[in-house]
Amino acid sequence: MTKEYLFAGFGGQGLLFSGKVLAYKGLIEEKNVSWLPSYGPEMRGGTANCSVIVSDDPVGAPIVLTPDVLVAMNLPSLDKYEKAVRKGGYIFVDSSLIERKVQRDDVNVYYVPATRLASENGAPTLANMILMGKLLSVLDSYTEETVDAALKKCISARHADMLELNRKMMEIGKNYNE
Amino acid sequence: MADKVLMKGNEAIAEAAIQAGCRHYFGYPITPQTEIAAYMAKRMPKIGGTFLQAESEIAAINMVYGVSAAGKRVMTSSSSPGISLKSEGLSYLAGADLPALVVNCQRGGPGLGGIQPSQSDYFQATRGGGHGDYHMIVLAPSSVQEMAQLTIKGFELADEYRMTSMILADGTIGQMMEPVSFDFEIKEQIEKPWATTGTKMARKHNIVNSLYLNPEQLEVTNIERYKRYDIIKEKEAIAEEYLVDDADIIVAAFGIAARVSKNAVNQARAEGIKVGLIRPITLWPFPEKAFRKAAEHAKQIICVELSMGQMIEDVRLSTECKVPVSLCYRVGGMIPTPDQVYQAIVEAAKKGEK
Repeated sequence: MTKEYLFAGFGGQGLLFSGKVLAYKGLIEEKNVSWLPSYGPEMRGGTANCSVIVSDDPVGAPIVLTPDVLVAMNLPSLDKYEKAVRKGGYIFVDSSLIERKVQRDDVNVYYVPATRLASENGAPTLANMILMGKLLSVLDSYTEETVDAALKKCISARHADMLELNRKMMEIGKNYNE
Repeated sequence: MADKVLMKGNEAIAEAAIQAGCRHYFGYPITPQTEIAAYMAKRMPKIGGTFLQAESEIAAINMVYGVSAAGKRVMTSSSSPGISLKSEGLSYLAGADLPALVVNCQRGGPGLGGIQPSQSDYFQATRGGGHGDYHMIVLAPSSVQEMAQLTIKGFELADEYRMTSMILADGTIGQMMEPVSFDFEIKEQIEKPWATTGTKMARKHNIVNSLYLNPEQLEVTNIERYKRYDIIKEKEAIAEEYLVDDADIIVAAFGIAARVSKNAVNQARAEGIKVGLIRPITLWPFPEKAFRKAAEHAKQIICVELSMGQMIEDVRLSTECKVPVSLCYRVGGMIPTPDQVYQAIVEAAKKGEK
């Protein structure tokens, strides 16, 4: 089985980091994974995105064009990629930044006011991890052990204090219900 | 099994170079390969190596020349416009028969072009790039694991044949992360009796030079060098062959284009189209035999490239134009989709039925 993820939003929202956590989780679960960022000027404040593929088979093209799962953290990203999501796929919307609803009815949509929740819980820069927690709980792959191990791989020892905060934000996302 | 880590392709090159014993890196920043320099800047001082950000690409390649002349493993890296600047140095390295590893993480051109991935430096890499009769060994990784593997192979081949190995990657493979294991067997470095390491008054001094004002002598060095190239062509060409044996249609692609093509080949196979993929891993020497053999049963070849059609010439040359070769491409930093390649395969299959 192959699952293709696309994380899209502004540069600085931690989309590449989310993707990395997911990729490491895949690696820990002994899957084949690839992670491909957009790079260049868009990284400095423009739209940024990150393709992640997790698969039982070797990964071919690493570019995600028709995601099974889209995480949209700004309106331009939702506008751009909504139509690309596979039928029956998933869209996770940061509803504190995107006011409109998803127009399709053949996909599963989750609205999470991630940026607001992150601010309220003292970590305004970790909206990405709230969405990540929700994503993993919906897709039924939220196992604390692997999530923890993946976080540890992505957060350097120098920033060990961030580990707990990331964990907490993922919990909040996991437990959030509209 | 050794632990796998997630790493960018560029970082995998840098780590592999260090493991291969390279302790000297000279470079100048350019997207999309800057992670190589960043990694070296972090690691080299800790292991007694040299990281130096030169004042220009030209300075960097000439520093490579100097260290190589002293017999040490050395590398530089850049992206397309930077490689053009280094081309004079590449020619000098060839003329002086010096080993070196040079990475070109290609971006769209010509000119300053863009920063998105491309494969349009194929001619520049496989035909030499600089002036004079010479070649480089050109290695084309298509995964992060291969970025590491071919870096080590590149150093070994460079030392063995006293020439430059070029890793011809692209922005995608450089920027993407994949699991990579550094569980390599690394051969011991060979002796370099020609290196300018000081005579200690015990031997005649060595000269490293590319200037031969005597034409008879210069002719001999060129002919000798090409004899070495013949050996390399015979021994070192490699390609991955995927579902080729019974294929009516062959897709030819390297690097990122090969990964996209593999998806398309799998899709077409699932629909009963007999299609296979030949992925050259060495671009020079070009894996001619793989293509010649495939041309005995295949009816068509589709060359998939991120260029206006460069490798296609080598495909045609090695099959002596016995089968029609068509081109499927995107350029300027765009990448063909698996669907585009799939459509080209379907189109070819329809033609074949007529």
